[in-house]
Amino acid sequence: MTLQEKWKQQRERKAFLALEDGSVFYGYSVGAAVDTFGEVVFNTSMMGYEEILSDPSYCGQFVTLTTPEIGNVGINATDMESEKFQAAGLIVHQLNQDSNWRSEESLTAALVRYGLPALSGIDTRSLTLLLREKGTLKGFICASGKVSAEDGVKKAKAWQGLDGIDTVQNVTCKKAYEFDDALLQGYGMPEKFPGKDLHIVAYDFGLKRNILRQLRIEGFRVTVVPAKTPAKDVLAMNPDGVFLSNGPGDPAGVSYAIENAKALMGKVPLMGICLGHQILGLASGAKTGRLKFGHHGGNHPVKFLGTDRVMVTSQNHNFAVLEDSIDKSKIEVTHINLNDQSIEGFRSKVIPMISVQFHPEAAPGPHDSAPFFADCRKLMESAKK
Amino acid sequence: MPKREDIRKIMLIGSGPIVIGQACEFDYSGVQACKSLKAEGYEIVLVNSNPATIMTDPDFADRTYIEPLTAQALTEIIRRERPDALLPTLGGQTALNLAMKLAKKGVLSRYNVEMIGARPDVINKAEDRELFKEAMIRIGLDMPRSVSAHSMEEAREAQKKLGCWPVVIRPGFTLGGTGGGIAHDPEEFEAICQRGLYYSPTSEVLIEESIEGWKEFELEVMRDHKDNCVIVCSIENLDPMGVHTGDSITIAPALTLTDREYQALRDAAIAVMREIGVDTGGSNVQFALNPDNGRIVVIEMNPRVSRSSALASKATGFPIAKFAAKLAVGYTLDEICNDITRVTPACFEPSIDYVVTKIPRFAFEKFNGADTTLGTQMKSVGETMSIGRTFKQSFQKALRSLETGRSGFGADGKDTKFEALSDAELEKNVKRPSATRIFYVRAALRRGWSVDRIFDICKIDRWFLRELAEIAAFEDEIRSVGSIEKLEKDHALFFQAKDMGFSDRQIAWILKAKEADVRAARERIGLIAAYAQVDTCAAEFQSYTPYLYSYYKNPDTRLADPTASQLAEGTGLRPGEAPAKKKKIMILGGGPNRIGQGIEFDYCCVHASFALRKAGFETVMVNSNPETVSTDYDTSDKLYFEPLTLEDVLHVYRHEKCDGAIVQFGGQTPLNLARDLEANGVNIIGTKPAMIDAAEDRKLFGDIVNKLHILQPASGMAKTADEAVEVAHRIGFPVLVRPSFVLGGRAMMIVHDEASLRKYMAETTEVSPDRPILVDSFLQHATEVDVDCLSDGETTELCGIMEHIELAGIHSGDSACTIPPPTLTKEIQDGLRKRSIELARELHVVGLMNVQFAVKDNDIYVIEVNPRASRTVPFVSKATGIPFAKIASLVMAGKKLKDIGYTKLFTPRHFAVKEAVFPFNRFPGVDVVLTPEMKSTGEVMGIDYRHSMAYIKSQVGAGNYIPMQGNVFLSVRDEDQEAVVPFAKRLVKMGYEIYSTRGTSTLLRNNGIHTYAVFRISEGRPNVIDLIEEKDLAWIINTPSVGAAAAEDEAKMRSTCILRGIPITTTLDALEATIEGLEDMKGEFGKGEFGVEVCSIQEYHRHSPKVNV
Ligand SMILES: Nc1ncnc2c1ncn2[C@@H]1O[C@H](COP(=O)(O)OP(=O)(O)O)[C@@H](O)[C@H]1O
Ligand SMILES: Nc1ncnc2c1ncn2[C@@H]1O[C@H](COP(=O)(O)OP(=O)(O)O)[C@@H](O)[C@H]1O
Ligand SMILES: [Mg+2]
Ligand SMILES: [Mg+2]
Repeated sequence: MTLQEKWKQQRERKAFLALEDGSVFYGYSVGAAVDTFGEVVFNTSMMGYEEILSDPSYCGQFVTLTTPEIGNVGINATDMESEKFQAAGLIVHQLNQDSNWRSEESLTAALVRYGLPALSGIDTRSLTLLLREKGTLKGFICASGKVSAEDGVKKAKAWQGLDGIDTVQNVTCKKAYEFDDALLQGYGMPEKFPGKDLHIVAYDFGLKRNILRQLRIEGFRVTVVPAKTPAKDVLAMNPDGVFLSNGPGDPAGVSYAIENAKALMGKVPLMGICLGHQILGLASGAKTGRLKFGHHGGNHPVKFLGTDRVMVTSQNHNFAVLEDSIDKSKIEVTHINLNDQSIEGFRSKVIPMISVQFHPEAAPGPHDSAPFFADCRKLMESAKK
Repeated sequence: MPKREDIRKIMLIGSGPIVIGQACEFDYSGVQACKSLKAEGYEIVLVNSNPATIMTDPDFADRTYIEPLTAQALTEIIRRERPDALLPTLGGQTALNLAMKLAKKGVLSRYNVEMIGARPDVINKAEDRELFKEAMIRIGLDMPRSVSAHSMEEAREAQKKLGCWPVVIRPGFTLGGTGGGIAHDPEEFEAICQRGLYYSPTSEVLIEESIEGWKEFELEVMRDHKDNCVIVCSIENLDPMGVHTGDSITIAPALTLTDREYQALRDAAIAVMREIGVDTGGSNVQFALNPDNGRIVVIEMNPRVSRSSALASKATGFPIAKFAAKLAVGYTLDEICNDITRVTPACFEPSIDYVVTKIPRFAFEKFNGADTTLGTQMKSVGETMSIGRTFKQSFQKALRSLETGRSGFGADGKDTKFEALSDAELEKNVKRPSATRIFYVRAALRRGWSVDRIFDICKIDRWFLRELAEIAAFEDEIRSVGSIEKLEKDHALFFQAKDMGFSDRQIAWILKAKEADVRAARERIGLIAAYAQVDTCAAEFQSYTPYLYSYYKNPDTRLADPTASQLAEGTGLRPGEAPAKKKKIMILGGGPNRIGQGIEFDYCCVHASFALRKAGFETVMVNSNPETVSTDYDTSDKLYFEPLTLEDVLHVYRHEKCDGAIVQFGGQTPLNLARDLEANGVNIIGTKPAMIDAAEDRKLFGDIVNKLHILQPASGMAKTADEAVEVAHRIGFPVLVRPSFVLGGRAMMIVHDEASLRKYMAETTEVSPDRPILVDSFLQHATEVDVDCLSDGETTELCGIMEHIELAGIHSGDSACTIPPPTLTKEIQDGLRKRSIELARELHVVGLMNVQFAVKDNDIYVIEVNPRASRTVPFVSKATGIPFAKIASLVMAGKKLKDIGYTKLFTPRHFAVKEAVFPFNRFPGVDVVLTPEMKSTGEVMGIDYRHSMAYIKSQVGAGNYIPMQGNVFLSVRDEDQEAVVPFAKRLVKMGYEIYSTRGTSTLLRNNGIHTYAVFRISEGRPNVIDLIEEKDLAWIINTPSVGAAAAEDEAKMRSTCILRGIPITTTLDALEATIEGLEDMKGEFGKGEFGVEVCSIQEYHRHSPKVNV
């Protein structure tokens, strides 16, 4: 496309995002020319759009990136957090050509290849202000130019949304598999890593590859199993520990996972991240609730009460385990978010179980909380003795 | 952990005079530190030799010492004040190095002073290039191959070891890369190494493999004593490695890194912090990245707040210096609150949803013969920053903020000289880093060169080149509509142009219309700038600080029911908050620092804001200079970080519905806008623009002066050489010639004969029929006097009379001056007073006015009048203890001097001497001679009860260390021969050995003074250069002569001195003051070589009248 053609398209502004509250944001299409529904969220990370788009937790969501210049570094196979883009759509202020020594494909090409609609030329700041106050909104992206704004808004209103439904089923693996060391190749990965002396089974609710990488680097043999795998089957693999992964949507939507978690408690060390953390919370009798704004960024300060130190963490969740619903005699809160004091992690006082709400695997985001994986190892080792 | 209680009294060191590499960013950090530590209840002792700083206001510290920044002076102050702690990390390299000295000398341990913020061993590890390298190796970080050296021999060895050209020479413990450079061959190598070894206080240089062309990044890190670490900001240099970050165009945040790459830098930066051991405060870590394979190497780290951290603070809204101070006294990041969101802690990493561009400002035009190629040694004198939603927006904004006459990235008719070049020439200039390289790049793009081709030449990342290509090409897209009328109908295209950052001027030029027509068209279709908030969190949280920048909002966004914060967005109000009922006053800042317009003007703007806020007004600051206090978000009620152009300022004025605007405090920048602003309905308060212009206009001003029967040097105008000669003969040589309408004494020259006058006329470019050359009779041997005065329209009173030490002929900004005047008689002073008051009345001055007089045999001539705040205002205020800028701002807002309580000129009991500081050491080979054209970058003040001591203090403060014995080289021009004799006698009496060239030495011998004769350089050897090289010259006294040959000789000599750091005295007046000072120092109260006594200005100001401001 010549510059002139690009400019013309930018001026026509045929594509738009319609929201359930009636707002319409016009822009131009820079992805697949399809129209879809999605839950509109924002992310304030300044880097790592590739990791975000390929993070299964974003399944069913339109991601609004607050950082304005997107696409600069293109897309490369190594940085993918799953085998494809998982978000329902992308909303940016400006999408550019790529310039980076690792880039293998432009972002637009990848969006088209994965069939994601994407809007550029959107006033992402106004949109973010809107989402900040109204919370996550249902939206409809029209990239085909075939729908009117009015109909778009109607569609957005009419769409049932993601609450209570089990989006995990769309992203979990179909059958169990062993982690493949091939995923440990590429930029930023260690040359050598330890052998596999402990076995961990990871429930895949929408696993990010970097969690698997980190577990493997800790010296675990990692078996990934589908979300619905019964507890007994997992125990039959006689793992040294069971890990509950991150994933999309409302924890209330995955009752089977909560049941399995209950069944595993006490029998094997349990560890969880994000959705996995919420599931463990619910399984231990706590309640979860929607946060007003949710946490979507790479700069959230979390205090680890153990050392009283603060780490800057990567976060992406709308639900959280509610403080007052916790049985303090059984559960000890280990991490809190300094922005809103919400619970970011806990451990059980009675059984071997630790979990965190934020993303210690980062990707994208700071590595401050990576030691969580070493803690997993400690937990499993001490349980073994 | 809460703040430390075992510390009560903290000493802070400022960074001294503004020099290249250390500008007002350290006033900003110092002010923040003082404010926050004072708020914590600590007693503050502040030391800084620079009177133009805001931090040296008596209110910011309990005791403020405006004394030379030497170990001796600091020791005296410590002995006197007995502080518990010394905080050295906020005063730049100067403070850091001084603190190290005090530690090494055992002063700190002797007086039990704890160094907080950074321990000596930490500073050493970070600044000592060798130790730093070892540390990096220990933590497995990569660095360019290098070998350190402490002598020329070692240096040559080192280069052989590396076995490659070019190599980079990096001196240790220096600032702004002083003395460093890139050597491509042995010859350059010798020169640069010598310089490097000389300038490094530890005479240490690192000889390093060159990685020119790699990408350069900086990370701003903060760490507290609990080992919490945050990265405040990442900065990407558009100019690749090889150009000092201070001279590079830089962008925040980094735009061309994947998360993995960025996190690798982040991990490395934090590892560096821990290994070096900076346990509290901010640091800056620089990296280079190989664009072909991502190899990352560490370049250096600065264990203190820096130019970049000031930039990072302004770019993110995260006040690094303020927090660094709090961390130094024991707080941890999670205990400090983010002032912008008010609810979240400072222990986080700002996320920004805009793009920031910084562009440096240079002053090569002031230094003939200076090498204009940019390298590893910093040469810029200032910088501008701009904020936009996208890179294109912010980059174009930054270019127009720079005030170099450009309205953006081209499309303003100023590119012919770049576009005219041959391909070969163009390629050369695209390759060579320079102040204007970016416009050569544009020319190349316009010529159709591919991004790849240009990348191969200059290594500027393709991403940036593509963006630039788009801007360059879009010009034609706009042109294609044909006319502004058509553009007005094509809303989408018009919006697109503004969204890409095109200014009305550019659009006007492209469509051959007037700027006003473009503005009118925009307003008709409602295409006006919107404002967004700098909030540290990309809108994730509510923000409370009205720190704003403009952008163009999509006209078609449809909000069903806007939320409270959307309605509040860009208004600077909180959701639901009603606008204040107060009257609103806009204050226009000075834009990027440059020679002739710097921190002094920021001082005035900041004071205006403080005073007006206190008096119940709401203040709105507009400025584009990230180094300043005026762009600190809590200086004014509202801060607009915007270019100072008609378009941008009008937008803010109308958006805020201001009641008035102050243009007379920001130097020339806002003054140049005054007329147009007024014409567009802006209410300029204080002296009216018409009057300001009248003072600049030869004719009008001439009439006023005649009407008042005030003398003015005879003058005339000339459009041709013959006319010039004719005028010169009429008024008599020597004459002072200059082009009309140029400021800061640009291209001004003193001409002694017809030949040189014709030469000047032939060479000067600025001459044309509508821009004639001004020819003034040059007043020889006249004493120059600066007078500042205040008027409220009824009462007029002087602020101070400043007697220059150098004679008229040296720019007022470059000459030393004294308050109160040491030699002027009462009659003369009354005469000056009378004339100043008459002039103020005649020009209907409301606010400040500055007059420059020349006094020649009891006749008083007026040289120029500036009816505005002048460079001298802070100096006068510090000398007298009266806040004149504050008074002036209130007067402009309608208060009367009577009510404020200032009605009588106050004459202090002490003397204050202002001395200028020059950047000559940055421009090897440039002549070190003072002329009517201003060349200084900064100033220092010496204060004492004796004039001579005050003068010596000013010299020591300015770095002219005149030793108390040794060999003096004395060579004066013929006119000065007689006068110099008595001085020579006194020098000999003090025990100096005198060397001089034949002329002078025969004369001295005839007067019975023993001297050694040496040859002039042109005569043979041994000549003065040899003496200098042998380093046994302690001091050079040389009054420049006129003859071409002699002049060249002397120029060579003076430049060599600068290189060797030998003090030079170039006028007899300065010589006299110096000799007196030296006699004092040898006298009973002398403190030994370079020694001074110290006293705080609060004590000096004991007797100053109290005014109510
Ligand atoms: N090995 C090198 N090759 C090329 N350029 C270099 C090298 N080392 C430093 N530079 C350049 O020199 C500049 C100044 O070096 P630096 O050590 O940062 O000096 P300073 O301490 O004054 O900041 C850097 O910003 C970088 O652009
Ligand atoms: N007629 C004159 N005779 C002697 N010196 C002069 C004369 N005119 C100007 N100067 C010198 O030139 C300097 C700069 O001139 P000025 O008109 O003040 O320019 P600027 O506007 O840059 O301050 C003055 O400070 C003074 O020292
Ligand atoms: Mg540096
Ligand atoms: Mg002047």
